[in-house]
Amino acid sequence: MTLALAVAVAALALLPLGHIAWYTVDLGWDGVRELVLRPRVGELLWNTTRLVVGTVVCCAVLGLGAAWLVERSSLPGRRIWHVLLVAPLAVPAFVNSYAWISLLPGLDTYAGALLVVTLSYFPFVYLPLAAAFRGLDPALEDTARGLGLSTWAVFLRVQLPQLRVALLGGSLLVSLHLLAEFGALQMLRYPTFTTAIYDQYRATFNGPGATMLAGVLVLLCLVLLLAEIRLRGRRGYARNGRGAPRPVRPVGLRGLTAPVLLGLGVLVVLALGVPLASLGYWMARGAGADLDWHDLAATTGTTLALAAAAAVLTTAMALPTGWLAVRARGRVATLLERSTYLGSSVPGIVVALALVTLSIRVTPWLYQTVPVLLAAYAIMFLPRAIVTVRSAVEQAPPLYDDVAASLGSSAPDRLRRVTLPLLAPGIGAGAALVFLAVVTELTATLLLAPTGTTTLATAFWSASSSLEYGAAAPYALVMVLLSAPATVLLSRDVHRGVTT
Amino acid sequence: MSSLTVTALTKAFGVTPVLGGVDLHVPAGSFTALLGPSGCGKTTLLRIIAGFDDPDSGTVTIGDRVVAEGTGRGVPARRRGVGFVPQEAGLFPHLSVAGNISFGLPRRQRRDGGRVRGLLELVGLDVALAERSPHQLSGGQQQRVALARALAPAPSLVLLDEPFSSLDAALREETRAAVSAALDAAGATAVLVTHDQAEALSMADQVAVLRSGRLVQLTDPQTLYRNPQDLDVAMFVGEAVVLDADLRDGTAQCALGAVPVDGAHPDGPARLLLRPEQLRLSPAGSVRDAVVAAVDGVDFFGHDARARLTLPGGVTVSARLDGNELPSAGAYVGVTVRGAARAFPVGAAHAPVPLQPSA
Repeated sequence: MTLALAVAVAALALLPLGHIAWYTVDLGWDGVRELVLRPRVGELLWNTTRLVVGTVVCCAVLGLGAAWLVERSSLPGRRIWHVLLVAPLAVPAFVNSYAWISLLPGLDTYAGALLVVTLSYFPFVYLPLAAAFRGLDPALEDTARGLGLSTWAVFLRVQLPQLRVALLGGSLLVSLHLLAEFGALQMLRYPTFTTAIYDQYRATFNGPGATMLAGVLVLLCLVLLLAEIRLRGRRGYARNGRGAPRPVRPVGLRGLTAPVLLGLGVLVVLALGVPLASLGYWMARGAGADLDWHDLAATTGTTLALAAAAAVLTTAMALPTGWLAVRARGRVATLLERSTYLGSSVPGIVVALALVTLSIRVTPWLYQTVPVLLAAYAIMFLPRAIVTVRSAVEQAPPLYDDVAASLGSSAPDRLRRVTLPLLAPGIGAGAALVFLAVVTELTATLLLAPTGTTTLATAFWSASSSLEYGAAAPYALVMVLLSAPATVLLSRDVHRGVTT
Repeated sequence: MSSLTVTALTKAFGVTPVLGGVDLHVPAGSFTALLGPSGCGKTTLLRIIAGFDDPDSGTVTIGDRVVAEGTGRGVPARRRGVGFVPQEAGLFPHLSVAGNISFGLPRRQRRDGGRVRGLLELVGLDVALAERSPHQLSGGQQQRVALARALAPAPSLVLLDEPFSSLDAALREETRAAVSAALDAAGATAVLVTHDQAEALSMADQVAVLRSGRLVQLTDPQTLYRNPQDLDVAMFVGEAVVLDADLRDGTAQCALGAVPVDGAHPDGPARLLLRPEQLRLSPAGSVRDAVVAAVDGVDFFGHDARARLTLPGGVTVSARLDGNELPSAGAYVGVTVRGAARAFPVGAAHAPVPLQPSA
């Protein structure tokens, strides 16, 4: 029963991938060659690749430096800096992009795109690295210093090798997010595969063209996933360490304290200050004009309802997979869990495209309805729910069930008094993460939302696309406010930040 | 309280047989230890008695009620009235100590603070712990709460699955004593699974030795130590001195000279069992008939010590000494035997799967 449900969930998650594969085979080699081997695709590939490489390098440098400063140096106010360095995650990348381009219209270049996405994504590298630094045993560093190594040599020869897994994981996360990013880059008029797929879909409703671009995009994702697995090697996950047994003796910054503080300050101002100031500016400009409170409230209501429904659905779907992954360990459970993750690593635009095509062809009565939109959310955000449900099931070993049974408790009674109370925090956290992800979801919602259904993200998008920056600001502000709790969650529980 | 009877119980996981026809009787109100090395099937036996697993064949009877018979589904665990204390205590992390202890009580009695207090006192814990969370307790306290939880619904039988193995040495002694006292006071029939022979010998009324899924010996601790079924059991329940000997008229000729033998045994070659505390050391040459041995080394434990000796002919043995006057390594000492030895046939000296004495 549980197995059947988990298989169904995995099948749904693999639906977009399967659709692309089937479509490609159906098209045949000639069709693929005609659609893929053309200058436009090469141009997109070049654009996408240089942006991914540039962003990963920038994020790695910023994330590594900031994590070292916060976790291992004598930086004043380290806890505050930690929160400030995670906080940019509360600003969706497309809102950040809007904030910058509305102030500086000249940012529609490679450099502008690099700046904006780096500022949005560097916390994805910072978070796992900060956690990894915390997990490192300071005794190793002391030993290395005792062997005569300088601070710099300790970093290069002792710390960096142990941080490899976290650094790779964070970089993979940045790359996958960037491949899926639509709103931020569309607003900066920087064409990548994702924006090209969207344009093609909007302009011509061109099925084969858009689908083949999606196929190339999916290939890029798979290549990245494989590369990360290969590079990570067989080493264990250092970031799962239980924290240092002894307090760390921070490295003194001495004369460098002032420049370092200035540098971090500039980073936080750029990543957090500029978007918030820009939002404030447009709020002030637009508020006098025509802020429609009724519209804003209605849109917020729709968004919250959709997010709540998606959170419940996705968490319920995650239960069988998460349960089996712990209670029935083995090849089948691992295969199901992995295929769900694989299916969900596909960019939102591809998921949306696949569901549009499939629903038109197979189930026309479902096209542009809420169930299809919820299915897309579920496919995209399943890993968030599975990871939390899984760790909750790990906290509830079958032993508790046996003990409760020996104390005379019946199966429904055990579910009510033992299993559910133990799983509740994990299920709740998973649902909250999905909820918050849906609140700021743009790409799939644009393609799949029923006519007349607007969410905060799509309302913001239509206003800012027609350059009504003032009208867009309130929607952005509500999204930022709703995302703030997720940021708190992430800055506390660093492991969860690594999973999507 | 009830007695427990297990008859011809078998269980296999896939093609691996775990229990090969176990018979066991535990009298009402007694404390029985199931002793065996890891992988001998003792935990499986316990889980079948508790009702967590079903046997392939055989019966389990608690009191005069058959709870498992043959392959069919037996009485479910929750209707057996069997208390269970798992290895790591297994306290419900989302409930307080009081919530854990009262878990198995009927709904109306759960609010009764007096019951919880009484049970906490029974296991020797401060009643102020009632509102604590399990993670705020030490390992020993957790085990005692787990016992109180198991005893709360007044079970007919209590099963303890290696409850002391995760505790450190000092805490283990103290917790064992508290658990023994609580079980005595509750008058419960108890079965303890353990791989620690000292624990089995010191706590139980009777010890059941399990080896490769079969019951080898079921007897009281003193008989088990002094009169083990075979040499493997002998070496598993304590340190042993084993020597080749030639038996004639109740006396064995061996590397330690002529040693009297207990029990009837045919004349001829045999394997001789002595305990290290039966060997007496004296200054070389001071006692007539003493065998002269070389001291290889001395392990000092404080309350006593062990000397490792090489006998003439190259056989090495251990002797247990009180810690007062210790020979030094390299010296020569005289060795005499106190009491009688047990003799075992030569051929059957070792079972196919030997027991590994645990540290």
